[in-house]
This record gives sequence, C-alpha cells and structure tokens, in this order.
Amino acid sequence: MTAQPQPNSFRTGPDERGRFGIYGGRFVAETLMPLILQLEAEYRSAKDDPAFQAEMGSYRTHYIGRPSPLYFAERLTEHLGGAKVYLKREELNHTGSHKVNNVLGQILLARRMGKKRIIAETGAGSHGVATATLCARFGLQCVVYMGAVDVARQAPNVFRMKMLGAEVVPVESGSRTLKDALNEALRDWVSNVHDTFYCIGTVAGPHPYPEMVRDFQSVIGEETRAQMLEAEGRLPDSLFACVGGGSNAIGLFHPFLDDTDVAIYGVEAAGFGLSGLNAASIAGGAPGILHGNRTYLLMDKDGQIEEGHSISAGLDYPGVGPEHAWLNDIGRVKYLSATDDEAVNAFQVLTKLEGIIPALESAHAIAKVLELAPGLPKDHLMVVNLSGRGDKDVPQIAERLGTKL
Amino acid sequence: MSDRIGARFAQTAREGRAALVTFVTAGDPDHETSLEILRALPGAGADVIELGMPFTDPMADGPAIQAAGLRALAGGETLVKTLDLVRAFREQDQATPLVLMGYYNPIYVHGVQRFLQEAKEAGADGLIVVDLPPEEDEELCLPALEAGLAFIRLATPTTDDARLPMVLKNTAGFVYYVSIAGITGAATPDFTVVAEAVARLKRHTTLPVAVGFGVKTPEHAAAIAAGADGVVVGSALVDAVRSSLDGQGRATEKTVAAVTDLVAALAAGVRRARAAA
Ligand SMILES: Cc1ncc(COP(=O)(O)O)c(C=O)c1O
Repeated sequence: MTAQPQPNSFRTGPDERGRFGIYGGRFVAETLMPLILQLEAEYRSAKDDPAFQAEMGSYRTHYIGRPSPLYFAERLTEHLGGAKVYLKREELNHTGSHKVNNVLGQILLARRMGKKRIIAETGAGSHGVATATLCARFGLQCVVYMGAVDVARQAPNVFRMKMLGAEVVPVESGSRTLKDALNEALRDWVSNVHDTFYCIGTVAGPHPYPEMVRDFQSVIGEETRAQMLEAEGRLPDSLFACVGGGSNAIGLFHPFLDDTDVAIYGVEAAGFGLSGLNAASIAGGAPGILHGNRTYLLMDKDGQIEEGHSISAGLDYPGVGPEHAWLNDIGRVKYLSATDDEAVNAFQVLTKLEGIIPALESAHAIAKVLELAPGLPKDHLMVVNLSGRGDKDVPQIAERLGTKL
Repeated sequence: MSDRIGARFAQTAREGRAALVTFVTAGDPDHETSLEILRALPGAGADVIELGMPFTDPMADGPAIQAAGLRALAGGETLVKTLDLVRAFREQDQATPLVLMGYYNPIYVHGVQRFLQEAKEAGADGLIVVDLPPEEDEELCLPALEAGLAFIRLATPTTDDARLPMVLKNTAGFVYYVSIAGITGAATPDFTVVAEAVARLKRHTTLPVAVGFGVKTPEHAAAIAAGADGVVVGSALVDAVRSSLDGQGRATEKTVAAVTDLVAALAAGVRRARAAA
C-alpha cells in the first residue's frame, strides 16, 4: 500500500460529488440523474428533520426490536482461548438481519416523497424479505428482482417474500445473480420514474445511496460503542464484519473510524480460494465503474464484469461499496477473506458452541475470528457483527453436509 | 478536425429530410460478419452509424441489445477489436460519421487517454457513453472534446428545463433525445409528445436533434422524422441479426441482408416523412 496523507477525520465523506477519494460518484444514465438529485435533496432534509428521526427511532424500537444486544460469547471465547469475543446480534432484528435497518430508513423516505411503488434487488433474500416486510407494513406495492440462480438456492426467503405480498421477479439475464438483479432493478427504475422508489440493499449504487445506506446502518456501530463502554468501560480493540456490498460492515465500522486504536477488519468471500473463483473484489479486483459508482470490481482485462462466486448468495456481488474501496486504499480498514469451507466450518462452530445459527454471510466474519482470536491476549476485546440468522441457509448446509431434508 | 457529423446533418437538412442513424453492436454475431454489416450500412441508407461497444452489464439496454452484446462477447469481441472494426470501415468510407456507443467501464479500464487517441486515429467521430451524465464531465467528456471527438449526450423526458442547459453545455455533434423514460427496445413512444420534446430541445440548441429508443418500423421512423433531424434505430436491427442466425447462433448467408433490408425500409420511411407532409 502506498502511504497516503491521512485525513483529519475518516468520517467526513463523501464530498459534494459523492466521492470517497476517487471512488463513488454518479455514473448513471441521464434519465435517472434528476431522480438521484431529488433523492439527495429529500434525504438531506429528512436527515435534519427531528420528526423524521423520531419516527425512525420509534419503529426501530417497537417494530425492529432495537437496540440489538451486544452479547459476550463465553463458550466461543473459552474454546478459542484468546481474545474476548462479543457478538453484535443483528440477527435478532425483525426479519432476521441487519438489512431491515436500511430498509426502514428508505421506506420512510419513500413515504415522505409520496412514492407508492417500491423496487429492490436481492441476493440471499435478506434485503428482499426486509423490503417486502416494510412494504406490507405500510401498504406499498413491492417488486423484488432476484437472480434466477439465487431464487433456486434461497427458496425459503423467496416464499417469505411472496407471503408478504411482494412480487419476486427471477432475473434470467447475464449471470443470473445479484449483479444482474441490480441491473434489472435499475432498468425498472428508468422505466417507472414517476412513481417508483428504488430501495437499494447495500452501500452501492450512485450517490447518495452509499452515504444514505451507511447512515441508516450506523445505528449498529453507535449502539456497539455505547454497549461496549457499558460492559467493559472502554472501546473494543477490534471489529470484524463480512463484506458483500458492505452495508453491515460500514454500519459497524463508521462510528469507530476516528478511534484509530480500534483495528477494523472487513471479510470478503474468497469462495473456492483467492486463486480460484471468488467474490473478493478488494483482494482480487481493480477500480472500475459499475452500478453508478467507481469501486473495486471483479472483471477481466477488457473491463467486462466477472461473476463473483461464493457459497453465500449475499456475498457474491462482484463489487464493493465505494467507501470500503477508499478505506482500503487509505489503510484505515484491513480487508481479509474467508473461503466457502472456512465459512461452513464457522457456521457449525458457532451453532454448536453458542446455540446461534449464523447466516452464511456472517459466518465469513466468524471464520476470521476463529483464525485470529486464539493468537490474541485475553484482554483483547473483539466485536463481530452477526449480520443475520442462518435459517435461510439450513437447506444449503444440509445438502453440503450430505443430509437429505 | 474533420466534421463528418456536422457535414452529414447539413447534407440531410439540405435534402429536406431527417438522417437515419443506425445502431449495431460490434462483433455481433461475430467479428467478420459485423464488419460486413458495417460496410453495407451506408449503401442501404444509413446516414450515421452508431457502433455499440459490448459490455456485460448494459443497464440502460433492453433484452435485444443485451443479447447482442453477449453474443459479441461470447465471440471474443474486445474493445481493441472494436477499434479495428472502425479502422477497417474507415479505410473504405471517408464520409459516413461513426459514433462509438457504450458504457464507461471498458473505456476506463483501457485507459481514457489511450482510448481517445486510438478511437480518433481509427476514424471514429464521436462517443455516446450512457453512464456519464454532465456531473461526471471531467471523466471523459472534456478529454474527448480536447481530443477532437464529439461527446454526444442523451437528453431524456426527465431532463427538465432547469437541467437542459447543463446537459447541452459540452455536447457536440448532435443531441440524442431518448424518446421514453425507459430502456432500449421497450415501449413505443407517443409521437406527439416526442415532437413537442424535440421542439423544446431546438429552442435550447442549434445542434441537430436525433431521436431514439423504441423506433422499430419504417412507420415509426417516418413519424419521428417529420420533426426531428435524425432517427435512431437499434434494437430492431440487432433483432434482425438474431433472427437470421442458425440454431447454434452463427451467422448465415441471410444475416447481412436481414440488416440491410430493414435499413433500406427505414431509410425509405425517413425519406417519405416530409415528402408526405
Ligand atoms: C445476513 C447478511 N449479511 C451480510 C450480507 C451482505 O451484505 P452487506 O455487505 O451489504 O452487509 C447479506 C446480503 O444479503 C446478508 O443477507
């Protein structure tokens, strides 16, 4: 990494053009540009509106069930014999993952803007389920784009979305996974600009989405800070989160970015391994432009986007949020990766030791905790974001372990 | 800089008609056939050529152009090969303007300066890059103008009067009016609404205004050509390519003719438009 001058604060981005260093921006068709500007203006006014914040706070408490606990994983800690491991229990949120934090914010914003039709993309289905849930709650029309490959491997979530009243559209174009679902959602948005709100599920897309989604997810890190101070009287020494697009990770990290004694680790999906098919955009990609922003992308030397591979449908996006790309270059966050095998192992370890079945996505972060915690002193405080629960992954794990359900 | 685009629109204006702007995807269905198609377009009645640079994730395109891009990529088309096509076309045709159309990532990865220099040398006249709005002009638009390539911008139904001056500011060659808020090849536009939009654009610019998206038949072309300076047809042409392929997706002896026959019919539609009026 080239040494770069460090900014006074790591928390001031993006700039007015939506850039985090060279990353981010607004690389969209002209048709969408006026909508994005309008969204940004509306978001700024909502952010400063105490009534909006109060409404969001109330739903967070009574509908999502926040704050989520910061749980000391005692048996996992004993088993590893090193750092003291805490789990931020985002899997206990209503709908079972961190995705709902962001969806709540965006749906309240959509209501404020008078939009009646909500579209979303989903990979694992967590974001789709969260979006379908809030649309049911507020009586909004909901259309979820999901790659046909993911529809097949996340059947429980597909059925949940349908029960909630959403239309699930299997996307057959391109590689038929998350990136194609995003393309299709963007095409829908361009075609239905007058009444449609695009609820993006991660810190990707054109400005202001990466900033807005981060802000809605930062409740994770804000709570963690206060909870850790309460539990231990000091800040944690390290943070871990899995990185697909990077929303659960940035939500945990952002409130700690200026606490430079806190070591921060994002964990990408290494799939079959970094030399094989994987979804580690930072480790294996290069800067490029996709879905409205500049960031690290998996692509060939001609700039054609390559499919990410991960056992986890929520991590196989070939890009990563632009703020992560910047945090990587500037060296504030270190990005590691975990393979499919490591994730499946971590999934089983946590299930057996703590009685908590993690989402396969979250299991990638846990895999790195299993690897690193044993080598750290017992007074090292480690927080890992348990971004979602693993019920949706049970059929897939059963198949992998050779069990017929 | 030789202004082939300006000269061509001046010529069609003198002839009292709109220009026919044809879009085909480079390397579709394969590199050689695509060069044959390209070379046959002017003779069939194309006034301006848009050559699509294939991309895996064309977010503004409908199924027809998506599929054409994937056919080309599967056949091994690359940005370098696309520039070879331009060069080969230009060897035999000095007059027909050729505009490269695509998405920013392949250009960015190739290197902006390198791309601009190679595209200019190959004989391209302009660029249409869908995912670069005026807010990102420093990326490619300003360097392109500097390098002597026109940067043709899309104006859309969502571009209001307040935004229009910004959209038109660094535009050169012509203005591409997107007839619908939507993707290529989808809905057919309401021609009355389009005519009003073209009139509005012409109050803001002296550049020629070409209209595209959803124009599929000679009748559509004629309806648009009554008021616009150019009519762009894309999805219908790449669909003609697709329909001509064999069971394995390979070109047949019908492929080039499938495109040129449709171009000839569209050209007749464009010529009929004002003759009838
Ligand atoms: C439980 C869970 N965690 C993490 C992710 C990855 O997304 P992000 O990186 O935006 O947190 C997903 C995506 O579907 C998910 O379902």
